[in-house]
Amino acid sequence: MSGHSTYQPRNAFMKWMEARLPIAGLIHSSFVVYPTPRNLNYWWTFGGILTFMLALQIVTGVVLAMHYTPHVDLAFNSVEQIMRDVNYGWLLRYLHANGASMFFLAAYIHMFRGMYYGSYKEPREVLWILGVILLLLMIMTGFMGYVLPWGQMSYWAAVVITNLFSAIPIVGESITQWLWGGYAVGNPTLNRFYALHYLLPFVIAGVVVLHVWALHVAGQNNPDGIEPRQDSDTVAFTPYATMKDAFFLSVFLIMFAWFVFYTPNFLGHPDNYIPANPAVTPTHIVPEWYYLPFYAILRAVPNKLGGVVLLGASIVILAFLPWLDRSKVRSARYRPRYRFFFWLFFITCVGLGWLGSKPAEGVYVYAARVLTVYYFAHFLVVLPLLGRYETTLPVPGSITEAVLKRSKAAAAFVIAAIFAGLIGLSSPTVAAEAETPAKLKWSFGGPFGKFDRGQLQRGFRVYREVCQVCHGLTLLSFRNLSEPGGPGFTPAQVAAIAAEYQVRGEPDDQGEVKDRPGRPADRFPAPFQNDNQARARYNAVPPDLSVIVKARGFDRGFPLFLLDLVTGYQEQGADYMVALLTGYADPPKGTAAPPGTFYNKYFPGHFLAMPAPLGEGRITTDGKPVYDDGTPATVDQMARDVTAFLAWAAEPHLEARKRIGLQVIIFLIIFAGLLYFTKKKVWKSVEAH
Amino acid sequence: MATISSTEHTRRDFLYIATGAMGAVGAVAALVPLIAQMNPDASTIAAGAPIEVDLTPIAEGQVIKVFWRGKPIFINHRTKKQIEEAVNVNLASLPDPQPDSARVKPKHANFQVLIGICTHLGCIPIAHQGPYNGYFCPCHGSVYDTSGRIRSGPAPTNLALPPYEFVSDTRIRIG
Ligand code: FES
Repeated sequence: MSGHSTYQPRNAFMKWMEARLPIAGLIHSSFVVYPTPRNLNYWWTFGGILTFMLALQIVTGVVLAMHYTPHVDLAFNSVEQIMRDVNYGWLLRYLHANGASMFFLAAYIHMFRGMYYGSYKEPREVLWILGVILLLLMIMTGFMGYVLPWGQMSYWAAVVITNLFSAIPIVGESITQWLWGGYAVGNPTLNRFYALHYLLPFVIAGVVVLHVWALHVAGQNNPDGIEPRQDSDTVAFTPYATMKDAFFLSVFLIMFAWFVFYTPNFLGHPDNYIPANPAVTPTHIVPEWYYLPFYAILRAVPNKLGGVVLLGASIVILAFLPWLDRSKVRSARYRPRYRFFFWLFFITCVGLGWLGSKPAEGVYVYAARVLTVYYFAHFLVVLPLLGRYETTLPVPGSITEAVLKRSKAAAAFVIAAIFAGLIGLSSPTVAAEAETPAKLKWSFGGPFGKFDRGQLQRGFRVYREVCQVCHGLTLLSFRNLSEPGGPGFTPAQVAAIAAEYQVRGEPDDQGEVKDRPGRPADRFPAPFQNDNQARARYNAVPPDLSVIVKARGFDRGFPLFLLDLVTGYQEQGADYMVALLTGYADPPKGTAAPPGTFYNKYFPGHFLAMPAPLGEGRITTDGKPVYDDGTPATVDQMARDVTAFLAWAAEPHLEARKRIGLQVIIFLIIFAGLLYFTKKKVWKSVEAH
Repeated sequence: MATISSTEHTRRDFLYIATGAMGAVGAVAALVPLIAQMNPDASTIAAGAPIEVDLTPIAEGQVIKVFWRGKPIFINHRTKKQIEEAVNVNLASLPDPQPDSARVKPKHANFQVLIGICTHLGCIPIAHQGPYNGYFCPCHGSVYDTSGRIRSGPAPTNLALPPYEFVSDTRIRIG
């Protein structure tokens, strides 16, 4: 990596070292004295942010790998064990899962920045192509990582994506079988995805080194798109660029922390909290938000092979950008026409993302076709023509001249743009035809929410006396009931509760396995030995309730879902549960419930196999329909209580998460403030000249 | 660069130090979860709760193994002869002197409860072997007597005792 090699070892050891392995000199020339254009704006800080995110993903990933089990029967529960039992496991997993989204967000901003300012142009073509390769590697890594929790979305993502290869004529089927290691997605698939998901980030890190190397050979582009010509055009990387990067990274981290601590499942899909089931596809499968534009392109084409080819082409075409855009002027600042088309392209990408989240039907498909055509036209028609016919504005003679003429863009704009960039997210699970559940007030909602202990205890009673006959709670241990942040039973109460259950014992001397009374360390026993037993008895498999509140939700639609992000509204699942439990009614005139099903206003499809579970008198104390604490046990009250209890069961560390979140965010705000003033101080001497 | 007056100098220094200190605090705090995650998790700790063992099926002269917290616990129902041998030892001749009475519960000298892990490097000694008919570790040849005391070989100390108590004459609770 270039730069002036002005490093002078100060002591004898460093001199000795420098003569043998000049690593200190390399660091010095690459990251200290390396000249960087003085006019870089905050859009240039995303390279540093991406490096940080890669490191964070690798660190949290390696740590998660210490607890994860890549086996179809164990993967889902091992992830839940991370969430429940591993020290800070919930934090590490939410950091990793949301970190992937932040990584892509930063990568997309980084790429759009490169496009806007023409950073791919000569002599930076290889730098740009390495970036496209990095994007491809990220897409593969992100996809395989998404498969690992082995929920419904994981499984069906694996099925759909691997089936893309079946579009290849003649050898398609052999290739998919080779990818799966079987006749369908199964344990061998999960194992190899795990191995590759562990490997690829290090490949990414390797390509990042090449990317940085290429960057340091060509030097950074800058908002004016002109090469530095004199000393006053550049500043030293450290402290100028480092402080600026550090400041903006800390701002970025505030947003990241908001996701991790207050809306950790906002970017995920409730369906992925349902264990993988190869027999049932979720009604509405959507990839993670960062794949949505590509997914929309895939679905826009009414031909299997055609869709796959265009999907691939939409990424590969990026690599040819340096040769498709022939304009000699780099920055959109001096290319008014290009600026217009850039934003049109940006809107096209966002629009494709939005369409990718919608069902592939009716007007959505036509819109996706129009945008797909425009996506490619931007590269193949607009850019070549612009290069030839556009009249560009006069480019300033030097960076110094450009800087002194102009005031800088406000950082606030950048932050606003990041949030705007999130458009296109959506997590629809419940079909639109069902009624929308009412938004209820929960004590555990919002950034300062806490569970109401009394309510959790009442809810536990409802679970035991009503739900438990059919529904398991198998991810929960009895001991959880006395752990901090939960219903607050005493250890003695928990031991008594546990002893009321019969759990499978250990083999005795004769090798016989008998049931024994439960102990606090045991998990709640399942009500059925297996699904077939449940089906034989109830004609359906009652779902386990351990994570049910996170596994349900409903689409809030645009723009409400954006508002939910800001307000931290995460209780769609709880609202849906209460609506469902209280939503039984007579079917509307003219429709009859199929045998063995019951009509419910809120259930997608309306007819479900569970009869109304709650009724007056289900909970009584001394013959009266009240709880032990005197609360009247109305249907509505029972529904809310049991839902609150299940919300806790699904997220036992919710209180710790919100508490730590507050500390982290306050810390980051102060730190960002300090960095801002430090950065200002450092830059003060530069700004005037 | 313009010259900087001394008042500004202190203010600037303070800012730099505060920022650096804040960054250091953040970095250290970030290490906490990364380190804590390797400690035993909540389910492991809960599963390490005390266990009860019924001693009636153990015949005189028999050693059984039970597991507690992933460790093998030896329960040796000792014969009269074994107890005598263990008691009548010249303590001064032992590498890690400890009377037999300190290694069993009062009135229950017939039951010897030990953590069956060699104190050298963690192998599992074999019962009823070696010159003292106690335990012999096959890994590097440590020899223990019927009280589980180290007699020869590289192991530095006697076999450790688990925390346990007699809940009745024929039942113990380990842990
Ligand atoms: S481990 Fe037993 S002698 Fe070395």
